[in-house]
Amino acid sequence: MAVVMEPPKEAQEAWEPRIVAFFCNWCTYAASDLAGISRVKYAPNMRIVRVMCSGRIDPSFVLEAFRDGADGVLIGGCNPGDCHYKEGNYKTMRRAMLLSQMLQDLGIEKERFRLDWICASCARELQTTVNHMTADLKRLGPLNWKGV
Amino acid sequence: MNPPAEAPRIGVFVCDCGFNILGVVDVPAVVKFAAALPGVVHAEEYKYMCSDPGQDLIKKAVQEHGLNRVVVASCSPTLHERTFRRVVSEAGINPFLFNMVNIREGVSWVTEDKVQATEKAESLIDAGVRRVTLQEPLEARSEPVNPNVLVIGGGIAGMHASLSLANANRGAKVHLVERQPSIGGNMARFDKTFPTLDCASCILTPKMTEVKIHPNIRLHSYSEVVSVDGYVGNFDVTIEHKPRYINEDLCIGCLKCIEACVFKDARFPNEFDLGLAKRKPIYIPFPQAVPTKVLIDPHDCLYLRLGTCKKTCIDACEKDAIDLEQKPDRVSLKVGTIVVATGFKPFDARRKPQYGYGVLPNVYTALEMERFLSPTGPTEGVPLLQDGRKPETVGIIHCVGSRDKNTNEYCSKVCCMYSLKLAHLIKERTGAEVYNFYIDMRTPGKGYEEFYERLLSEGLKVIRGRVAEVTKAALTRAEKDHLIIRAEDTLAGFVRRIPVDMVVLAVGLEPQSDTQELRRMLNLSCGHEGFLQELHPKLAPVSTATDGIFIAGACQGPKDIPETVAQAGAAASEALSLIHRGVVEIQPYTAVVNEELCSGCKVCIGMCPYDAIGYDEEKRVVHVTEVKCKGCGVCAAACPTGAMDQQHFRKELVMAEIAGVI
Repeated sequence: MAVVMEPPKEAQEAWEPRIVAFFCNWCTYAASDLAGISRVKYAPNMRIVRVMCSGRIDPSFVLEAFRDGADGVLIGGCNPGDCHYKEGNYKTMRRAMLLSQMLQDLGIEKERFRLDWICASCARELQTTVNHMTADLKRLGPLNWKGV
Repeated sequence: MNPPAEAPRIGVFVCDCGFNILGVVDVPAVVKFAAALPGVVHAEEYKYMCSDPGQDLIKKAVQEHGLNRVVVASCSPTLHERTFRRVVSEAGINPFLFNMVNIREGVSWVTEDKVQATEKAESLIDAGVRRVTLQEPLEARSEPVNPNVLVIGGGIAGMHASLSLANANRGAKVHLVERQPSIGGNMARFDKTFPTLDCASCILTPKMTEVKIHPNIRLHSYSEVVSVDGYVGNFDVTIEHKPRYINEDLCIGCLKCIEACVFKDARFPNEFDLGLAKRKPIYIPFPQAVPTKVLIDPHDCLYLRLGTCKKTCIDACEKDAIDLEQKPDRVSLKVGTIVVATGFKPFDARRKPQYGYGVLPNVYTALEMERFLSPTGPTEGVPLLQDGRKPETVGIIHCVGSRDKNTNEYCSKVCCMYSLKLAHLIKERTGAEVYNFYIDMRTPGKGYEEFYERLLSEGLKVIRGRVAEVTKAALTRAEKDHLIIRAEDTLAGFVRRIPVDMVVLAVGLEPQSDTQELRRMLNLSCGHEGFLQELHPKLAPVSTATDGIFIAGACQGPKDIPETVAQAGAAASEALSLIHRGVVEIQPYTAVVNEELCSGCKVCIGMCPYDAIGYDEEKRVVHVTEVKCKGCGVCAAACPTGAMDQQHFRKELVMAEIAGVI
């Protein structure tokens, strides 16, 4: 398991975690648009990669994000039963469960990989999710994962 | 994927959006950053990139700098991706060699810190440039639009939309589905409408008849939509007709069967009158019902419930229209567009127990009062107390289930006005003294404030303050045998106790209780209060996130009749605009197979929710049926060899974007 060294205090304060977020076009990306329209502010650490359905998210995308230097990865999809493509989010859910277990086995903390169902009108939930995840990552510190 | 044929010459156009982006993001710095990215030969800033001069600027730059790929960093792609795709296409570049980066909804509107916002915008543009470098030219597919329309809900919104569509849409059918036995909706329950006090029936019933006889409208009353599949222009709809136990084609509405029923007295609550009046097991919902056909309630009919009855109704029917063995039947339709007009549900006043609804006598909801005031209602237009007397004093309580942290926080918009209308009508019919208890009197609208002024001059008593409770506990002789309304008068600054004979609760408007099921069936979204969500609150108020489906009336949020009708007209015109265009563009985000990599494991086949992937026994590889593929990409994520990919969302493109954002 990777041993993470505590970074010096000043560096820790200047450091900002980077979250790569994969959002489905219909629910969570729409929620991020709504957050904008409603001027719901959230931590600036998240970068969204839009896909049509959360079911498109290949686990290798998540691994790639960590390998490229992400400190956390967030997947946002429609609530169970609400998928625009009938059932893509159920597949995401199963993949994410396995992936989460695998990432933990690789030494990547559980909090660094999240799957959340965020509906199109859930701007506040999006805000809470991003802010909580950013706070969690600040507590955990940089990942600096070199891949497998 | 083939490498790009020519070296990328990318143009990056960063929009200020007035001060919307410029006020938070350091746009000049972002432009400088973008200009230095690999492949970028030109980068510039403009005030409003979506405006005509902004569009021209892009076209000019394409010519001048020989650009072959374009990135626009501005608002959300939901808003202007189509606009800019058209612009680049007019400039001679394939529209799929364009990428839109969201730095308004995604950055400037959601970020407080300007330095971090600028940094975020830069990394998103970096990702956008990396992505567009690898994008490949694609062609959008076009499909014909079926001219038939499905309208769900036969209230005033659904009827108006149906008639507008049917009048224009020569030859094609409008299928109007109403789950109640009659169309008309809640408006059919009203006596008069505000602020003109014109008779609701007089303006509604001719429209109901017109719907029934219109050659282009097929009315499916007492029916429900059970499934909707397909996509814009090509929806497959299944409708279930619930059994009326009457052959609709034969019944002429003579009502002799009702007279002949073995139940001599009407003893079952009539749904249309909200249970205030009674009906027989075989009945017509109300005299002006359309279609004017009787129906039998299987829970009340002796034969349908117990299997034994003299069946006097059958003997009375000269047309042999009664069919006690009728079963539900389903019909399948093909339509190109859908208008949803399912209306609202009145707030359940039992959820505010302090007002005594359902417990204290003579406490009614506003909708019940509408029935009392209707000439065809249970008391033939004169509200009466339970003991048969006319009330001498009536209290109307506003905002029951509206503007209330415990129930609904929103304002239901129509209650102030209808409460004033009810006050006027109660006064007119009974001569009673009427008190209105309000929080704020909200009367915006043409002629509305004037109506309020008129009511005040007629001697209406208004008290500003939320009512604490309605009670029977009298403290003085004057309060004895009355309902006492206790409320703080916030203008006078003390608590009042007003004894009245009757209380009317101005209940708010809520989403229909099965809105969630409807939303799932049609792939729509709801706002947090549960009403259906429009695509854009200002610029696309009747469109939805699902192309080809439009919403009208109170299913979208509380609104009065004029607004509802206006929306219904707008929804009809949006649908017609699609029908007249005749074709829809389908995004080419479909799955594609690299046959050289496919091992024929068939994992993708089981993944596909649309049955779009087949197996070629000869080549031992899978193939995608493009017209069936909806472009979710779930198969591409599952493919173990990387043979399956999704156009415009190819693995390389996503990977490039990931590398860019970090």
